[in-house]
Amino acid sequence: MPTLTIDGVEIEVEAGATVLQACEQAGKEVPRFCYHDRLNIAGNCRMCLVEMEKSPKPIASCAMPVGDGMVIHTNTPQVQKAREGVMEFLLINHPLDCPICDQGGECDLQDQAMAYGLDHSRYRENKRAVTDKDLGPLVKTVMTRCIHCTRCIRFATEIAGVEELGALGRGEHMEISNYVEQALSSELSGNIIDLCPVGALTSKPYAFTARSWELNTTETIDTHDAVGSNIRVDARGRTILRVLPRLHEDINEEWISDKARFANDGLRRQRLDRPYVRRDGRLHAASWDEAFSAIAERLKSTDGTRMAAIAGDQACAESMVVLKDLMAALGSPHIDCRQDGAKLDASIRSSYLFNTTISGIEDADACLMIGTNPRWEAALVNARLRKRYLAGGFRVLSVGPQPDLTFPVEVLGAGPDTLSAFGNGTHEAAQVLTNAERPMVIVGQGALAREDGAAVLGAARRIAENSNAVRDDWNGFNVLHTAAARVAGLDLGLVPGEGGRDVAGIIDGAAKGEIDAVFLLGADEIDVAAMGEAFVIYLGHHGDKGAGRADVVLPGAAYVEKNATWVNTEGRVQLGHRAVFPPGDAREDWAIIRALSEVMGCTLPYDDLGSVRRRMAEVAETFNIIDVIQPAPWGQFGSDAAPDAEPFTTPIDDFYMTDAICRSSETMAACSVQILGNGSKATGIHG
Amino acid sequence: MVLKSHAARTVLLSELWFGMYVTFKAMFKRRATLNYPYEKGYLSPRFRGEHALRRYANGEERCIACKLCEAVCPAQAITIEAEPRDDGSRRTTRYDIDMTKCIYCGYCQEACPVDAIVEGPNFEFASETREELMYNKDKLLANGDRWEREIAANLAADAPYR
Repeated sequence: MPTLTIDGVEIEVEAGATVLQACEQAGKEVPRFCYHDRLNIAGNCRMCLVEMEKSPKPIASCAMPVGDGMVIHTNTPQVQKAREGVMEFLLINHPLDCPICDQGGECDLQDQAMAYGLDHSRYRENKRAVTDKDLGPLVKTVMTRCIHCTRCIRFATEIAGVEELGALGRGEHMEISNYVEQALSSELSGNIIDLCPVGALTSKPYAFTARSWELNTTETIDTHDAVGSNIRVDARGRTILRVLPRLHEDINEEWISDKARFANDGLRRQRLDRPYVRRDGRLHAASWDEAFSAIAERLKSTDGTRMAAIAGDQACAESMVVLKDLMAALGSPHIDCRQDGAKLDASIRSSYLFNTTISGIEDADACLMIGTNPRWEAALVNARLRKRYLAGGFRVLSVGPQPDLTFPVEVLGAGPDTLSAFGNGTHEAAQVLTNAERPMVIVGQGALAREDGAAVLGAARRIAENSNAVRDDWNGFNVLHTAAARVAGLDLGLVPGEGGRDVAGIIDGAAKGEIDAVFLLGADEIDVAAMGEAFVIYLGHHGDKGAGRADVVLPGAAYVEKNATWVNTEGRVQLGHRAVFPPGDAREDWAIIRALSEVMGCTLPYDDLGSVRRRMAEVAETFNIIDVIQPAPWGQFGSDAAPDAEPFTTPIDDFYMTDAICRSSETMAACSVQILGNGSKATGIHG
Repeated sequence: MVLKSHAARTVLLSELWFGMYVTFKAMFKRRATLNYPYEKGYLSPRFRGEHALRRYANGEERCIACKLCEAVCPAQAITIEAEPRDDGSRRTTRYDIDMTKCIYCGYCQEACPVDAIVEGPNFEFASETREELMYNKDKLLANGDRWEREIAANLAADAPYR
């Protein structure tokens, strides 16, 4: 390992590191614009100049590999002068429009100009002006502010995997451009807003609404997909204005998907802010007492076994455990958290987890995807797969729909036939997995949410076992979930008890009159119209499909409005925190179910969040430990039957419209139309 | 002395005469008071009175919703909300000043990069109700239109010292 001296301090760094990284290790701050830890090195902003002894000129530290015996100075007058010179050149063509720039207050150029800028300009000529580019409904551009660091180009090319940004011209005439004026087709495009060190790329939905210093920041968890991205929510007063990523190396690194970032305007529309009771075929606003007494009156003579409950995709673990206890107290075995009907087995934990873990993808050397489109189902898992692909020596095979992914995929076939051939080794590509040292199998919900889901699960398990993907030191069997609530629901056992019905059975029973009452905990992705005459109680936060069918609507809290727990697809337990209070009369979900239990005459013993969490840990001890993945024992799961011949489909047909919050979001609707071309589709905001 | 005795002063009314002398002398002095409101005193160009939002000569409002005044206000009397206007420019949708909170420190006009919010020469804006002192954007712009000539003159007068 080379040893170098930085400002008189000797330091040993890894070979191949750059001088800038060595300086950081030594605790010396080096200003930079183009350099970014997770992107390739460009070396074009020249802000990171440092002085190296025996070099006639200052060197760009971000692009200079360390050498043994280097002597670096970062705080000499020459360095200061060099950086001031670079800053003056950068500011020559930069408009001084900080007061109207959304980056103002959190701008790298602004901050560093405080350290290296002159207090006046010596430039008397006209400044350059550049036409703004149209990058779609999410990213607003003011290209005159661009300082050509090329971070956005490198992000789009390397991490997002869409080569849609580039630079035209050179020198002063260089322009960042997307060649043809159309929206970026990446679901990670919002991240270029964070990467841009100046205000050239800013958030379009957030434009001009707030300043960074007036926002209250809360660190919480995203629930639009099952990745469990770490986010920070910025709110002013009771309004959530923006969502930004938070660093978590094992999950989302420092990126988040556009849905996590931009769907938050859906939290301001179509909200349920007071209880509703259906009278004469119409929902009427009511008080909590009226809503509860309507439920009590209707259900007092109903037998518990004729009631059922379905938990939705964004439900928190707290509300699900209380719901489960309520149904148990009422004597009903009909409870399910698998809205899409995925044939997952709750008894063996490893059968429904992403066992390899998201960061573990980087250790894999071959991958078989079964009925999944990770780009839409879990954009950050897809980003991790691409990262692994870029590292080289990674073959990805797919059985199922032909997704447009950001790395090459060999599509073997469309359905279970190929899977069977693959399983018994007759398929020529089966060698890819068996020869791999650390193979992984990813099973998507598209392959499991069907009648023969258990058979597909069994086939996937056999493929994993036969290719030696499940060992003591490596578990390559992965289920990729799309719902943030699913793993917690399965951990807590929200599956039909003895003689209980699953989601399809509950709906069927309701249609036939065998189920009298259905409790929906934010469940919107089911066929609500098919529930016949059943009495439907909907507890949720948006006036979506479920609330439209309900007989009593109880207003709950959305994911940023409660202190709650979610478990991501890896089985990682994470705590979300309340950023704002729920609107109007809405309350936290578990507390509503607790109050409902009192009305139903079977009061549950939970008085505060602590007691609910203790109960969660009692039901599943994985809830004891936050943010650490517990080892899940392997077992026999899935059925040995042969699956049907029907090809796998993808569970998501519109990335931007997957839950009630997205469907209420104007931004997501605009994305759906402009990026995916879903022009005629009516959404929540169309009323 | 006899004259200084109490009796002599009482008989000669000397204190009365002395008082009349003081009064007579004051008749030739310059007046220290003003006949307000018919007369008004001198105001410095830096006088910090009632707030106003100014416009450019072409009628365009100056304020660009940068929120620096809101940030600097020590009394937190200013509330601003903004969004893109139809032509894409950055403008406020709401600009409120709670004049009952304001301490007339003038930081808002110091912070303003476009000389939009200013404290003008008007100090006669007392009202009968508190509600009238909750100024909104319309009121502030109207103030600006009304006082523009004086404000512009004051800014010009003070410009050499800035």
